[in-house]
Amino acid sequence: MSEDIRALTVRLADEPSSLAFLELAEALRRRGQLDAACKVARGGVGRYPGLADAHDLLARILSDQGDLAGAFDAWSAALQLDPMRAAALKGVGFLYFRAGDAVAALDHLQRAAQADPDDPSIPTALERVRAEVRRDHVPRPNGTPPPPPEPARPPATPFDGIEGGGQGFLLVDGNGLRLSGSLRASGEDAGDRVAAQLAGVSREAARATRILGLGPWHSIAVESADGHLFLAAPTADTVLLTARDHSLPLARVGLLAERASRAAKAWLEAMG
Amino acid sequence: MNERDLLDRVTRVPGVRGALLVAAADGLVVAEQLMDGVDGRAAAALAGSMMGRLMRTAQQAGHRRPSFVHLRADAGSMLAAPGPDDLLLVAVTSPDANVGLARLEMIDAAGRLG
Repeated sequence: MSEDIRALTVRLADEPSSLAFLELAEALRRRGQLDAACKVARGGVGRYPGLADAHDLLARILSDQGDLAGAFDAWSAALQLDPMRAAALKGVGFLYFRAGDAVAALDHLQRAAQADPDDPSIPTALERVRAEVRRDHVPRPNGTPPPPPEPARPPATPFDGIEGGGQGFLLVDGNGLRLSGSLRASGEDAGDRVAAQLAGVSREAARATRILGLGPWHSIAVESADGHLFLAAPTADTVLLTARDHSLPLARVGLLAERASRAAKAWLEAMG
Repeated sequence: MNERDLLDRVTRVPGVRGALLVAAADGLVVAEQLMDGVDGRAAAALAGSMMGRLMRTAQQAGHRRPSFVHLRADAGSMLAAPGPDDLLLVAVTSPDANVGLARLEMIDAAGRLG
């Protein structure tokens, strides 16, 4: 055991509630002692669930261990606490890229670049992801013109291809009418009833945040014993409700809602 | 624990600009501890109205009463945790606030109301 790890271990034993776990877990990670690092980091997250640093550290350790789902959850928790945390945005962007979602990866890396313009690794990653996004649009090498594109038709629902796309998304217009999606409650379709309650919610949220000097609103997260509801505004006149049970952590519901909101915006634009 | 102690716990969280207890049904302030620049009466009325709508929405979606609400905006957040007797604990935060810690304190404090 190296001196620094020994000293940090003693310090943490003397003061279990101190933040020494951050340094100790990082030192263990750097030495490749990932299981020990993970144990220390999990203990820290347990003691400090509101500390974004702790979730970020745990995410990096889990990523090193190859537990990408766990890393995603931990980075999502860090972003819920600190939405512009560059390291977590980079991490989530990397995971989206690995999962084949280059558009979501690009979005997260662009936000990471805004959050930390001095990090030289972000422009490199951005270039790589942009190349992936452009790949399908490269001209054909033999000089023959590409076939004419088929007329663009918007898909039947904006949520195809999004996790759980068939259920738990509800896109509502400013008058409380359902535009797309479905929501079930007690075995019945509750979409129209819920949509009616959401009429004007975007205006009300905008009014509240304006009067309180908080600027434009982004989202409303609602927790209950039965699960999470997450509201976002894909456009000024629409609201998207994402509903999930507790099996998905709230921070991940937020990320899912972000993707669904981008898809809904594109779908609305395609509808004209 | 009295109302002042409960509000103290919430306003001690870094980035919380103020906290108040609201009678949810009529949106009136019961107790408040706010920094300058936060309009308590407006926050109470807006939070009461928003919470009423979100409770109806949750009910129609088959969910029980919300335990916590986070309205996130460019320059900060409004947080709300319903307590017993129609009371609502509300906080206004800056964008760099520790929302995770504020959430835990508010849910716990709201449970001690009444």
